[in-house]
Amino acid sequence: MSTQPQPAPAIEARGVHVRLGSSDILRGVDLTVQRGEVVALLGANGSGKSTLVRSLVGIVPLAAGHVRLLGSALGPQVPWAQLGYVPQRVSAQTGVPSTAEEVVASGLLHGRRVRLPRGWRATAREALDRVGLADRAQSAVHELSGGQQQRVLIARALARSPELLILDEPVAGVDQPSQEAFAATLAELTRGGMTVLVVLHELGALAPLIQRCVVLRHGLVVHDGEPPHATAAHAGPDHEHLHPHDSQQGLSTGIDMGLTDAPLTRHAPAPTRTDRGAAS
Amino acid sequence: MNALDELVVMLTDPFMQRALIAAVLVGVTAPVMGTYLVQRKLSLLGDGIGHVALTGVALGWLVGGAMGVVPDDALAIPGAVVAAVIGSVVIEIVRERGRTSGDVALALMFYGGIAGGVLLIGVAGGSSGNLMQYLFGSISSVSPTDLWLTLVLGVLILAVGMGLRAALFAVSYDEEFARASGLPVRALNIAIAVIAALTVTVAMRVVGLLLVSALMIVPVAIAQLVTISFRRTMALAMVIGVVVCVVGLSITYWQTLSPGATIVVLAIALYAVVAVLRPVLVRRRPRTAHDPHPDIPDDVHVEGGERCSA
Repeated sequence: MSTQPQPAPAIEARGVHVRLGSSDILRGVDLTVQRGEVVALLGANGSGKSTLVRSLVGIVPLAAGHVRLLGSALGPQVPWAQLGYVPQRVSAQTGVPSTAEEVVASGLLHGRRVRLPRGWRATAREALDRVGLADRAQSAVHELSGGQQQRVLIARALARSPELLILDEPVAGVDQPSQEAFAATLAELTRGGMTVLVVLHELGALAPLIQRCVVLRHGLVVHDGEPPHATAAHAGPDHEHLHPHDSQQGLSTGIDMGLTDAPLTRHAPAPTRTDRGAAS
Repeated sequence: MNALDELVVMLTDPFMQRALIAAVLVGVTAPVMGTYLVQRKLSLLGDGIGHVALTGVALGWLVGGAMGVVPDDALAIPGAVVAAVIGSVVIEIVRERGRTSGDVALALMFYGGIAGGVLLIGVAGGSSGNLMQYLFGSISSVSPTDLWLTLVLGVLILAVGMGLRAALFAVSYDEEFARASGLPVRALNIAIAVIAALTVTVAMRVVGLLLVSALMIVPVAIAQLVTISFRRTMALAMVIGVVVCVVGLSITYWQTLSPGATIVVLAIALYAVVAVLRPVLVRRRPRTAHDPHPDIPDDVHVEGGERCSA
């Protein structure tokens, strides 16, 4: 996808410094994501990638630096309706049972909108449908599988039809059907021009969608540019599944589903499968 | 005299009428805030606020005595409202700062509240016996003024608790996501804390400060045994709250029992019954072939074992 020259980048972070207790988690991170870009944020555990996205959306306070989202400085003036955030799934169960529909509907609230809009139920169903969980709207979230719970969180972010989607490890610990559903959903969204910043442990299933990789190490950006393997060319909407790897699901949706299996280990000899290099 | 006559006598007794209205109001409002507290795993917050409210009761007594207000406890309830609101906001601020110290802060408020209440009531020239009606409730002595205050606070609790349900749910369910949505998280948290404090003071007359939390939490605990949605849990908890309050109070009209204790014991007994009958009640939800374990692809985790421990 080409990056159109827009007046303001979707994400513009300058010198982001985050301190938790006495430790410096981020030590001056610059990150710019143009509109329409699909950027992966990679790095080992503890490199600060989760903290970075959490600081970008205002969960973690900045010790120094500044963040602009969709042209506005982080704060009440950000057009929150155009931003969708998908946190890392926490398996902690809350006390009161809630249905998938209720959780997704909470994604319709943002900024000063503290009451559900008319037709919220239909909108929530639509968002659940986009992640393949339309039939689960009335299920209790705690009874869903881990992968389905993750999809509910994605649907919650999609409910408000955002322009910018920020995801934190969306496929970590997620079951196979959910990974496939997620890859298909994300492919569809990026085709529609959505800007995506996704924290990943490895490119895996999403490799064909990623246009740029930012790698963090010890709270600093150590790489910002092309993914270190030939995936950029695969990001086009008309990309056909051509890789010689497991193809048991590859034809089911027409999207590059074969990659969902993340056959990094089984296909170690294949020269293009060096995702690990970027992730470490 | 048959049962119907007994009922008519009970319902025409002005004391009982006021008590019943108060019981209905408390029964319907307490579980509303209780649902949010259970959701955020703050089930004991109501208790903490209740203890702090005791200091407020004593303080109101002290101030009322100093000002020469005619019934010396006329300012007890306003005092409780003020102390409970301040206490709940302090607890909320401590909670926001970091969860580790929140637990200790809650403990400090518990004991500080009780000790402060007992000390101040002594200074006011009363004895800790004067506090008993606030600790354990005194629904039979609800005055028309008390009733109006209860009504106004009850309406306020319902308006906020139900009118802002979506936002309060969002912030209770996933506070970080609410923050990442630009919602006024702090304002909503403080709204929950303040409304919980008002609930405590409203329920104080019916079940007493020591049992307030039970009326907020137990109906929710019962409801969530059989529901799968937040909305229905809250609605059912409100129904249960009203039923146990009215039935419990009515029992004490004929039997000389403590109304507050009867209501709470009734609620807990209902919990036990529903818990036992749960398999029958929720049979309609078949447990389909649904593997609760995350189906993590092995090939992501086994390579060289490099991330197994991660």
